[in-house]
Amino acid sequence: MNVLNNYNLPDVKGHFGKYGGKFVPETLITPLMELEEYYNKLKTDISFLEELEKLNTEYSGRPTPLTFASNLTKHYNGGKIYLKREDLCHTGAHKINNAIGQILVAKGMGKDRIIAETGAGQHGVAVATVCAKFSLRCSIFMGEEDIKRQMPNVLRMKMLGAEIIEVTSGTKTLKDAANEAIRDWVSNIENTHYIIGSVVGPHPYPMMVRDFQSIIGKETKEQINKLEGKNPDKIIACVGGGSNAIGIFYPFIEDDVELIGVEAAGKGLEFKENCATLTLGKDGIFHGMRSYLLQNEFGQVEEVYSISAGLDYPGVGPEHSYLKDEKIVSYFSVTDEEALKAAKMLSKAEGIIPALESAHAIAYLKYIMPKTKNDEIIIVNLSGRGDKDMETYKNLFV
Amino acid sequence: MSIIKNKIKAINDKGDKVLSVFLTSGFPNKINFTELALNIFNAGADILEIGIPFSDPIADGSVIQKSSQLALKKGINISLTFDYVQEIRKFSTKPIILMGYANPILAYGIERFAKDSFKSGVNGLIIPDIPVNEQKVFYKNHFNNLDIISLVAPTTPVNRIKMIDGESSGFVYCVSINGITGINSDKEINENYLETIKNTITKNKTLVGFGISSPNDAKKVLPFCDGIIVGSAIIKSLFKEKSPYQKTLNLVRELKNSLFNIN
Repeated sequence: MNVLNNYNLPDVKGHFGKYGGKFVPETLITPLMELEEYYNKLKTDISFLEELEKLNTEYSGRPTPLTFASNLTKHYNGGKIYLKREDLCHTGAHKINNAIGQILVAKGMGKDRIIAETGAGQHGVAVATVCAKFSLRCSIFMGEEDIKRQMPNVLRMKMLGAEIIEVTSGTKTLKDAANEAIRDWVSNIENTHYIIGSVVGPHPYPMMVRDFQSIIGKETKEQINKLEGKNPDKIIACVGGGSNAIGIFYPFIEDDVELIGVEAAGKGLEFKENCATLTLGKDGIFHGMRSYLLQNEFGQVEEVYSISAGLDYPGVGPEHSYLKDEKIVSYFSVTDEEALKAAKMLSKAEGIIPALESAHAIAYLKYIMPKTKNDEIIIVNLSGRGDKDMETYKNLFV
Repeated sequence: MSIIKNKIKAINDKGDKVLSVFLTSGFPNKINFTELALNIFNAGADILEIGIPFSDPIADGSVIQKSSQLALKKGINISLTFDYVQEIRKFSTKPIILMGYANPILAYGIERFAKDSFKSGVNGLIIPDIPVNEQKVFYKNHFNNLDIISLVAPTTPVNRIKMIDGESSGFVYCVSINGITGINSDKEINENYLETIKNTITKNKTLVGFGISSPNDAKKVLPFCDGIIVGSAIIKSLFKEKSPYQKTLNLVRELKNSLFNIN
């Protein structure tokens, strides 16, 4: 795992500055402390690290390539653009990195049942996959609305042997799927591990998920230094909960690299239909963490919207809130329309169909590339592939 | 000494146990909520807990979730809840506790919330998603006039129960089972846990809640605690009837009747 020199967060209480923490009912406090203690021991355990590496290599297909996007580079006529190819991971997105790590934690703790929340279904599929591999019972909470929108992933999870629990409370999307998963976890704490899908939730999840995802940045650093003999100048990643972004940013946090997170502006920041949490949200407490949150004046959590179900979340990882306040990472947002255009452009230019989530990061290139010099290097984290989004993309060519 | 603790002590000293009843603010009817609250007091509730509705109540089961959603739809918020407390206070001196999740309180402003709570006549506060570890940072020093009631659960180890007893004021809220509010009692309450509560919590009075819906449920926990908290069963009953809520008030009477002469 990555160890940085000076940046040493979260602190022992799980705080990133004022963000993070464990804002959950008392029933969960002791199990979270046990999880933290177990995980802290495990992360320096050689046999655990070897098993993790073996699974990452032989099961998931790591390291994923760093691809020079020659046509995209030509198109913008500025710096050189590289793509970190998380779309080539087993199951089609970076989500598997975390699922593999946490299934080993759960197994080690003697849990025999796994639960998870999912929005677009990518995390659900990753969890169902590792549960199949490790023969653990698996229940995936998914909003009624998302089940309708993401049928191919629902079918994949079923084929992998997972039980899908339809969530009909609240907004019937990712936020309420997570609420129901937390309620299930409180009720079945003895035998159940909750695999949270992003760098969100109570401590130690934001730290643990970051650690498992930071393999993205670690590989990127080695690859770009081998290819170009130096670090990149800029790294761009999309941010919903923020796990792929933290994953690629983390090993570069202390370096002189411009880190850029791109949120979903949905139909536009001037409308309610967006989920640009770091751009429009304010300090809040939600899903066990203190972080930026999209909420109304009474502190009720807002219904959010993005064309990309994976970014459709009113909260964001607490470390991102800290990195924003400390100006270590800059956060911007792009609209549905810009993301769709970017997906189409990348597909035609490079022969790579990106996930809608990742297309948000690609879309930001048009803002940043004109300001780059030819000797600059820009890396975009291509967090997932677009197979799951063909229902949405088909409107682009009819 | 705390008004809440005094009240519990006075009741226990008579040989009775305490009944704390939970209502969702402004539910089922925004207009006559004050009247309902007073009737609940008159029917035998010793303490009233008023829940501030929140969009994402992770500690609550479907019954309280639904009541919260309805309350939110009708525009219930913290300011209106303070208005209710002020109205109730005109006619009753019994303890009133606000129960709510952290975020609406954070949005209202911690200091402002503390001041307005005290001003309107609130005696204590329960925020289930602010566990003791986060309390100092969250509450700062604004809550000296209010009891901060902390929770323990079956997963809480003995040392931590002791620590929570030390931090809590008013009473300690003992969650009966690992779960959410309003769960039917297919899960048996662990007697060892009740025994531990009884022996470990010495500074505070103890009230047991979650899954207590009838005199029969109460009977199982009464030997180990100073009183009970009933929420979902009341809300469920309120969903089924209209004002003057006779069945719900009867349930409160039945519950209170089962708490006399226990010691």
